[in-house]
Amino acid sequence: MSGAPAPHTAPAGPVGPVAWPSALQPKVAEALSHYPNRRSAVLPLLWIAQREWGWLPPEVLRLVARTVELPDAEVFGVATFYTMFNLKPVGKYHLQVCMTLSCSLMGADRLFQHLSGRLGIGHGETTPDGRFTLRRVECLAACGGGPCLQVNEEKFHENLDEAAVDRLLERLP
Amino acid sequence: MTGPLLFKDIDTPGLAGLDTYRRVGGYATVLAVLGRQTPDQCIEIVKASGLRGRGGAGFPTGLKWSFVPKGTERPKYLVCNADESEPGTFKDRELIEKNPHSLIEGMILAGWAIQSNAGYVYLRGEFGWLQKILDQAIAEAYAAGLLGRDVAGTGFRFDLHTHLGAGAYICGEETALLSSLEGYRGQPRLKPPFPAVEGLYRCPTIVNNVETLVNIPHILGQGAAWYRQWGTEKSAGTKVFSVSGPVKRPGNYELPLGVPLRVLLEEHCGGMRDGLKLKAVIPGGSSVPPLPASLLDTPLDFESMNAVGTFLGSGGVIVIDEQTCMVDSLWNLMRFYAHESCGKCTPCREGTYWMTGILERLERGQGRASDIDLLADLADNILGRSFCPLGDAAAMPVQGFLKHFRAEFEHHVGQRCLANRRRDSRMGVPA
Ligand SMILES: Cc1cc2nc3c(=O)[nH]c(=O)nc-3n(C[C@H](O)[C@H](O)[C@H](O)COP(=O)(O)O)c2cc1C
Ligand code: SF4
Repeated sequence: MSGAPAPHTAPAGPVGPVAWPSALQPKVAEALSHYPNRRSAVLPLLWIAQREWGWLPPEVLRLVARTVELPDAEVFGVATFYTMFNLKPVGKYHLQVCMTLSCSLMGADRLFQHLSGRLGIGHGETTPDGRFTLRRVECLAACGGGPCLQVNEEKFHENLDEAAVDRLLERLP
Repeated sequence: MTGPLLFKDIDTPGLAGLDTYRRVGGYATVLAVLGRQTPDQCIEIVKASGLRGRGGAGFPTGLKWSFVPKGTERPKYLVCNADESEPGTFKDRELIEKNPHSLIEGMILAGWAIQSNAGYVYLRGEFGWLQKILDQAIAEAYAAGLLGRDVAGTGFRFDLHTHLGAGAYICGEETALLSSLEGYRGQPRLKPPFPAVEGLYRCPTIVNNVETLVNIPHILGQGAAWYRQWGTEKSAGTKVFSVSGPVKRPGNYELPLGVPLRVLLEEHCGGMRDGLKLKAVIPGGSSVPPLPASLLDTPLDFESMNAVGTFLGSGGVIVIDEQTCMVDSLWNLMRFYAHESCGKCTPCREGTYWMTGILERLERGQGRASDIDLLADLADNILGRSFCPLGDAAAMPVQGFLKHFRAEFEHHVGQRCLANRRRDSRMGVPA
């Protein structure tokens, strides 16, 4: 790759205490209602927050901790355990390319290389315009349609080759 | 694609909707069973059917249900394992995507059998889109009075919710799944106590795989003897096999247990593509030892797979061709296990890391002759000494790869791999 990509200047995230926007409050209440204790709502609330803010800055983790009435450290511990919570900002389109054996047998490595070259970024990096983040991920449960990738939280794109992935990128608004 | 049972109607347009599901006979079993057959009768029928868990371990489902203590005041929970993270496995996803109501019906019936009033479906984090489909079906079932405080007017209460994970293979292991569902880091817990006695919120809990549960309406609706028309004496019924790799028609195939591997791959999947030759098959998800081409006539059932030193596992069948390097393939899998090890215990956390390093240097032609024995030794020391079966799952493929393909590993000592179809394309990994 020629030259390191320019650092992605992302929104810094909220500074100081944040609150759930009123439009989200019914969702938060519903998530809490699904379980006999508040703690079980940690994952659903982290998801609601990540969908709202795009990533999980510390202030947002603290909001979740307050909501489930747990020490901040507990929620930080949970959020860092899982791979899908973005503890740093990601681009508008988070391209997650499966690299595990079945996809690899069908050309996932070449696909990743193509994307990396086209976007000028490597694993875990974001394009300077904040449009794309590229990431290698483990098996997505789409092995029969390898190679495959997931954009954000959408349904997987399967049976990809270079041309198909180019068309996919061009179709994204 | 069709199949005799679970896939019979799977491609019916609109099947994900309640009306269409009802038109093909859906929810008839709920109406026939709830309040008419006792929970004990249901458990006996499932026992007699010979159904074994489809999540990988093959534990008899009726027997598991019978471990739930009776007459306890504490709540009981039913949890569906839709984590589906075992590499090579993609069946539960198709079952839920195309026929979500069959899972709901199976859970209502299982809930009745163990007298649970609350169920959760734990979906892997990457299934956010699938959660929407299932939530929609659950909302329809509530609106139709099939879920909630009075299921189908029988007075039985059953509430059902979905729960989305967030990216962690280990959360497919049932005790880690329960930790995750309770809002903790998804790390396994000591067994015993088994979840059936002390599971979610320390209450009796049954964890079953999606495919296990979607069998239940058929079994309770048509009876154990009818169900046993498929499969073998000890491996009854059908199984959904997920086939991946360079075959002509990869995908999910529902076939009677006991079908030879060769029939699945040659007749159903159309054989190999692009003139490639088959070298090895991993028959039950990445955690089981591979089989060489010479064992292709082995029947796909629990016992026959054990007899040739591997497992039926999750039914994820990964096909590897002659032009693919086995050292590279095992390295790929070991990166997966090292990445997914939860870090709780030393043999797995350190062992998967070391094995990845050894495989990497062998593949790059920097390995030593002693590395092969070291690899075998590490696998032997992880197996049976890890806190949970993920450690075993990382060790067993190593033993199988070495048993059948040791020559390829020896050939790699001090020699960069030359015979790899994927070499030119293996660029996701730093060269
Ligand atoms: C590391 C690991 C991962 C697992 N992943 C899954 C999974 O994704 N889906 C599943 O149903 N079972 C999985 N299991 C098996 C479960 O622990 C459990 O045995 C199963 O859900 C029980 O359901 P069954 O009896 O219906 O098969 C996994 C086990 C281990 C050790
Ligand atoms: S075997 Fe691996 S996954 Fe299981 S508890 Fe130990 S470190 Fe965690």
